Formats: sequence, structure tokens, C-alpha cells
Amino acid sequence: MKDYDDKAIHELDLTAVKIRKHVIEMLFRAESGHPGGSLSAVDALVALYFNHMNYNPKKPCDPERDRFILSKGHAAPALYAVLAESGFFDVKKLKKIREINCMLQGHPACLYTPGVEASTGSLGHGLSFANGVALAGRLDKKDYNVYVMMGDGETGEGQIWEAAAVAAHYRLDNITAMIDRNFLQIDGNTEDVLRLESVRDRWSSFGWYVIEINGHDIREILRALRDADAHQKQPSMIILHTIKGKGVSFMENNVDFHGVPPNEMEYKLAMEELDLAQKKLEVAV
Amino acid sequence: MVNPRNAYGEALIRLGKKYKNLVVLDADLSKSTKTAMFAKEYPERFFEMGIAEANMISTAAGLASCGKIPFVSTFAVFATGRVYDQIRMDVAYSEANVKIFATHGGISVGKDGASHQMIEDLGLMRVLPNMIVMAPSDATQTGRIVELMAASKGPMYARVGRANAPLIYEKKDLQDIKIGKGMVVKNGSDVSIIACGTMVEPALEAQKTLKKDGISARVIDMHTIKPLDEKLVIKCAKETNAIITAEEHSIIGGLGAAVAELIAENNLSTKFVRMGIKDVFCESGDPTELLEKYELNEKHIVKNAKKLLN
Repeated sequence: MKDYDDKAIHELDLTAVKIRKHVIEMLFRAESGHPGGSLSAVDALVALYFNHMNYNPKKPCDPERDRFILSKGHAAPALYAVLAESGFFDVKKLKKIREINCMLQGHPACLYTPGVEASTGSLGHGLSFANGVALAGRLDKKDYNVYVMMGDGETGEGQIWEAAAVAAHYRLDNITAMIDRNFLQIDGNTEDVLRLESVRDRWSSFGWYVIEINGHDIREILRALRDADAHQKQPSMIILHTIKGKGVSFMENNVDFHGVPPNEMEYKLAMEELDLAQKKLEVAV
Repeated sequence: MVNPRNAYGEALIRLGKKYKNLVVLDADLSKSTKTAMFAKEYPERFFEMGIAEANMISTAAGLASCGKIPFVSTFAVFATGRVYDQIRMDVAYSEANVKIFATHGGISVGKDGASHQMIEDLGLMRVLPNMIVMAPSDATQTGRIVELMAASKGPMYARVGRANAPLIYEKKDLQDIKIGKGMVVKNGSDVSIIACGTMVEPALEAQKTLKKDGISARVIDMHTIKPLDEKLVIKCAKETNAIITAEEHSIIGGLGAAVAELIAENNLSTKFVRMGIKDVFCESGDPTELLEKYELNEKHIVKNAKKLLN
């Protein structure tokens, strides 16, 4: 199979910067929200929505579509930015996030926003929801795939392990789950709060096909998604090694930015950094 | 005596033929909930989810998002309390077309004890926006309610008890049954007994006893607790001198609470008593003895009616 050409990857990298700018803008305007886990998830979301997934934004309920479920619902700003830039709704709506009478709720809500498949925000539900979508797809002999993104801290939820067991039991190879492995959760390092390692061994012992990659390298992400799609008889798990707050220097690996938005000074600094990153990429064409 | 659980299993088989998109999920209790009957008939549309109820509810929501009509079954304790957050987010908040059908509701579960006697489920489900809450009273009505659940869109919860129960209805009595519409099973003018689920039959027995003593009791089968048939309750309050609610459920949060709220807000001056479990956990024991100890049978309905009318 053909590998992804440099030009395509370069375009996606540029899109990722654009999405990160949206995220910062949204959080600053909303004066609330979760920067760290939104920024760490951006590259995988860009790979999915701008290259890998099969969908039509004009037909958000198309039965044949691939589905993406954001189990870590607090990364909603990243999802909304990606959905808007993919054509599900007007980009102008983004700045109203978390405001009253707005289609963009603080956490994803399927009745409010086209393109949002499941209402999340209470952690641990997404993979179970995906199991249902995958079982329906198999029953209806449809070719679609289901993609789920979980936080690493989120996998402390017991329901995830119920879902992991069921997906493996039913050999749901139309599911590809991802863990945003940024090693940070609200109370600190995941290994101090509630040890997760070995993440790989846990999932493979549950019967999953596990791939481990750099979650900010879009080419690697796309290759892993292709690999996961092709893998049969087992659900796939892509462990995305990421940096919380990725793309904004002072937010990177800084747990204080889990659920605290940037103030005005931080907002300006963050936008300057992202503008610079964008210019650098544009020059590199 | 017929078991409403069997009526559920039989209804699923009928409906499975009618609705090709109907699927059933169970959590290792399919022999008790009778979903095993469906599994035998339609194995490809039955999903055994193991002892993992939280996953089961969210999985049902995922199936519903793809146009399936999932019926989810387990005991009432596990179908509500254990999975409240999953129902709240994935079913109610998302208005998913998920049908939760629980068995083993109430204290007549008997010897398994308080761990398995669900007396809070109607309340837990009633507080959820978008949720319809039902408790059918006999096997015939259970079959009809299950049909209505499959035919109408949206989140729904229904519960039956564990035990065999006398038949109250024939099929023809329930041609016009509607979700949200209470049934006047016996007309009367002195006292209204508004009951649901397993308490409808003792209410009818009490009606007979009261009649002998010269008291005319009206019996309402309020199979739908939410949305409550407000018109009917108001009518009862105006036309009779007292209202008794009876349910195999806590007096907090369920049918009695719903009726009380309505009466209070409509300035209806009626004598009123809620019969149910009085804010305690019960215990192991023979169902009949339990219902006597916790004052939830025909005898106590009669006693309450006389007390109210005195």
C-alpha cells in the first residue's frame, strides 16, 4: 500500500496548528474548559477527520459513516474545532462554546451538535457505546469502523475494562480505540494517582491488538490507523504517546492547565507561539 | 397464576418477528429475566454481556444510535441503581431508544434479601428527564406494555416482580391501553386506590372486602408512573373522599410521591396516604410474610381505607 506523501502530511500538520489555535481561542472566550487534554488529542483527531475516516459532513447520520466517539469528553474543544473545520457546522459557532443557547455544550452532547455521536463527559462510557455501534455494524453487514479516544487517567474507570472484555470476547475488529497517553491527570502523574503501567500489557492481556506510537506524528498515526483497520479478529488499541498541552510551551506537561483556561496574557502568548509555528510550517512548503 | 416474566419473554419473541431491528441484551440472568426465550429464537440478535451491567447499558445506547431497538434486561437493582450514570448520560440525556425491562422489582423477591429487593428504582428513573417509567400489573398487561415500548420511540423503563401473579386482564381488556393513561379497573365513590405493578391485584381484593363493609372503592391501575395521568388523579381527588397509593416501592420517589406532588400543587383537599416501604431496607423472608410485616397487602389497604374515611 502507498505510504502517505510528505505534502499530505505537511497539510495535516498545518491543520493541526489551526485546530490548536481554535482550541486556545475557545477556551479563552469561554473562560473555562480543559486546555491540556484538548491539545494533546489534536493530532490524532486531525489524522482521523482530515484523512482517515469516511464520512460526509452534509449527511451526519449517514448509516455507512465511520464513527468517532470522544470518550474523554473534556477534550470537547478539540473535537468541535475539528468538526467545524470538516464542515459539520460553521466555524463561527466555535466562539460561542459554553454560552447559553449554544449548540456547543461544555462536554459533547449528541442532541446538540451535528457530528457528535455520543454524549460524554462522565468518563468511561465511550468504549461501551462503541461496542454497541460495532455490534450493530456487524449485524447489518456494514463496513464502517468505530474509533474511540480515551484519556489515560480515564482508564481508571471500571466500565472501560468491562467494555474491553466484551469487545475482545465478540472479536470486534471494527473497533479501534486510542489512549491519549500524556501521563497526567488532575491530581498529578498517572503513575502516582493510580498506576496504569503497563498499559500495553493490560490491553494485550485483555485480548486486544496493541500498537504504540508517537501521538503527535501524524504519519505514524495514519499508519497505525491503517494497521488497526486491517487487523482481524481482535479490537485494536493505539497507545498515543502524547504531551499534555502540546503546542503551547508553558502548557506542555503542566498539570495546572488540565482544567484551567488561559488568562489574557497566557492567551496572547499561546497565540503568538502557535502563529509562529504556523508561519514556520508555511515557509517550509 | 402466570408469571409476568414469561409474558415478557413471549412478547419479545412476537416482537422479534415484527421488528427485525429489535435486539436484546442481558447480563448473565437471561434464564431469570426470560430473555433466554428470545435468545433461542433469534440467537444472532441476542447479546450476552456477562456480569458487566454498566457496559451493557452504554452498549445498548450505541446499538440504538444505529437504529436498533435494544431491550436490556436484568434484575431491577442492577438495571437502575448500579448503572444510574450510564442511563443518565447515554440513554436519558441522549434520548436513546433504549428499553430497560427489569425483573425482580420490589420486596416480594423474598428470600434473597434487601440486596436484591429493589425499592428505589421507580424513583431513580422518575427523576431522569426524558424517561418513561412503568410497572405493569399482570402478565397480560406486561405483554401489552412490552409491545408499546417497542412501538414508541425514546428511553423507557419498566419493571415487574419475580413471582407468579393472578391474571387481572384478558387481552381484549387492553386493546386501548396507552402509555401515560391510567386504567379505572373498578369504579367507586368513597375512596380511590391508585396502585401500580404487584399492588393492583391486592387493591382489587381490598375493593371486594370494602364493598362488603359498605365502602365503595375505586381502583386505578396506574401502570405508567411517569408521565403520570394527572387528569385521572385530579378526577379521583375530586370525585372520591380519599386517595390511597400502593406500590411495592419506597414511599419516597415513586407513585405515591408523584401523586402527592400533584395533589399539593393543585390545592386538592383530599385525605391521602402513601402505602409502600416506609424508608427502610427490608429483609429476607417468605414474600407473603414480608408483605404482611411491611404492611403492604390487601389487609392493610382495607385498614388504611377505613382509617382515612373515619
